[in-house]
Amino acid sequence: MDAVAEQKYDLGVVRWFTVMAAVYLLVGALVGVYIASELAWPVLNFDLPYITFGRLRPLHTNAVIFAFGGCVLMATAFYSVQRTCGVRLWSNKLAWFTFIGWNLIIVSAVITLPLGITQGKEYAELEWPIDIAIAVVWLSYTFNFIMTIANRKSSHIYVSNWFFLGMMVMITYLHVVNSLAIPVGMFSSYSIFSGVQDAMIQWWWGHNAVGFYLTAGFLGIMYYFVPKQAGRPVYSYRLSVIHFWALMFGYVWLGAHHLQYTALPDWTGSLGAAISLAMIIPSWGGAVNGMMTLSGAWDKLRTDYVLRFLIMSLAFYAMSTFEGPVMSIKTVNALSHYTDWTVGHVHSGALGWVAMVGIGAIYHLMVNVFHVQMWSAKLINAHFWTATIGTVIYIVAMWVSGIMQGLMWRAYDEYGTLAYTFAESVEAMHPYYAMRAVGGMVFLAGAALMVFNIIMTVLQANAQGSVQQARSVTAAASA
Amino acid sequence: MAMQEKMERNVWGLLIVLALALSVGGIVEIVPLFYLDSTMEHNKNPEIVWQRQAGQALADHQPGEGMRPYSALELAGRKVYIREGCYLCHSQMVRPFRDEKERYGHYSLASESMYDHPFQWGSKRTGPDVARLGGKYSDDWHRKHLRAPRSVVPESVMPNYPWLQHAVLDGATVQSHMRGMQRVGVPYTEADIEAAPDLLRDKNEEDAVVAFLQVLGTMVKLDESKVYRE
Repeated sequence: MDAVAEQKYDLGVVRWFTVMAAVYLLVGALVGVYIASELAWPVLNFDLPYITFGRLRPLHTNAVIFAFGGCVLMATAFYSVQRTCGVRLWSNKLAWFTFIGWNLIIVSAVITLPLGITQGKEYAELEWPIDIAIAVVWLSYTFNFIMTIANRKSSHIYVSNWFFLGMMVMITYLHVVNSLAIPVGMFSSYSIFSGVQDAMIQWWWGHNAVGFYLTAGFLGIMYYFVPKQAGRPVYSYRLSVIHFWALMFGYVWLGAHHLQYTALPDWTGSLGAAISLAMIIPSWGGAVNGMMTLSGAWDKLRTDYVLRFLIMSLAFYAMSTFEGPVMSIKTVNALSHYTDWTVGHVHSGALGWVAMVGIGAIYHLMVNVFHVQMWSAKLINAHFWTATIGTVIYIVAMWVSGIMQGLMWRAYDEYGTLAYTFAESVEAMHPYYAMRAVGGMVFLAGAALMVFNIIMTVLQANAQGSVQQARSVTAAASA
Repeated sequence: MAMQEKMERNVWGLLIVLALALSVGGIVEIVPLFYLDSTMEHNKNPEIVWQRQAGQALADHQPGEGMRPYSALELAGRKVYIREGCYLCHSQMVRPFRDEKERYGHYSLASESMYDHPFQWGSKRTGPDVARLGGKYSDDWHRKHLRAPRSVVPESVMPNYPWLQHAVLDGATVQSHMRGMQRVGVPYTEADIEAAPDLLRDKNEEDAVVAFLQVLGTMVKLDESKVYRE
């Protein structure tokens, strides 16, 4: 089986993307823990410009979204599209171009962001030359994926590929429009939009980076890897069709809910909020579809640690896709906006859903592209528990601090004046910021276990020559 | 489901339908913001924007006379504000609530960020909103606060920015930034740009940030009795 796969498909580039994804998760989480600690103990800024919170925070978000998220999406898409279409990649060379290009972009982000080279738009900080490189590399990934599907041997396009395609098209739209800017030299530029229009375009981008990159793309992962790992077909085809089209059409509208009660016209924010509420239905449909794939095989959760990650990710997916719409309701948003609750919500999605499903896929891929067992199953289990516990500590800390902030800001005393100064609310956050840093550290420890386990597995594969063996066995068989 | 069946067999058909479905929401929510008069308050209340007379320099603008482009020094300060990622902890968008009014001032108008490329409304208040910070504290307080925030606000978790006072501004660079802003539609005159190096002589980044913070929310005089936004 391994030999057949190794000979029939292009797995080399998948191997590299998989390993790099794990490395970037470790790096991204490490920067995250550091900046979380800076908020709890500001002395950690050390009066060094390059490591202040304001400069490292974009590095953290870019590292987890584009470096970790990107490598996971590219590894899984390049792997699953071959398996579901029964053909090798349209171009293995182009896939390597994507790998090298994407990693060079990550390196340039690591250099420019601490230097303060930024466009000043959240999650779109990278300056214009890097933006152009992102567009080129992204299109190379997209084009290769589409052409592989066009070459397929199967009659139908499998559901995971619909989700990947939706992500690729939408991210192209978003990245191009939101990055439109007039350069001033190599390291600076001005957005061609200003004020309210720029805000709407930014959050159309911002929410859909979440909705498509981190949701649709990772749902593509879910629809391939959950059934594969469970050894059962997707629970409901009909549900996946509804999940897909409702998500594609609906998610695009949600960005406006980030701008409730701002100077964005009321109609836009309300429209965004209304559709946000409606999105609970397809999102839960998708979560149910993933979980019920296990129906009749729940006992596998007892022994299959990789499956645990995948199923836990769906639980977090269901939770955050409920929490999000609730936070977009105007009365709730009035309290939650600008507070740590938003940060908590993002992390229940990013750690609980995106990272967990990504980690599950990474472990699945390791076994299937290196043709060995993981070095230690126990470490996978330990990783599962550290990841889960770390995430829970993190989001509980942020729920408490976020709601507390919101309530303190609007509290009045018996004389009808504001009960707290802003500084008092900052002081009250300290224990929760410390708790959040601890949650992050626990999660980070799990990521370190994974990287260690992966290094040992790769060494073991090299020692056994499992990849070469898979290649030569096939050669012998076909000779 | 016949349509679905066709798309599952034809990747190009699937791509076209996807490209259409994915563009609707963005078009409906974004495009009207560029042409609906109600989006920008100055369409109904022209006094929100400074009516500059020929020959007037940016320095002739008095606080409250309406929106004007940032002065060379303020623009340089804004660039530092963006470089240091201040927007990640400070919003510039006061919402129309009683507590925000008492804490920060009048709610922000869309027209007040008409010259902000990119916008800096922010999404998080780890520190307070700064949309109406201008004039609330002295320049001296700001300098102390920037160099060592905890020396004036013991509870603060803001990083120290002691290096700003040592970074000298370069007139030519700021001029090129003004030209960039001009290209995206900010009404700088040639005279504004030519005057920049003189105005920046001997100024450092700390001076620039303080000038920027002190102008925030002071350009427009808002009338409490007026309803700017429905």
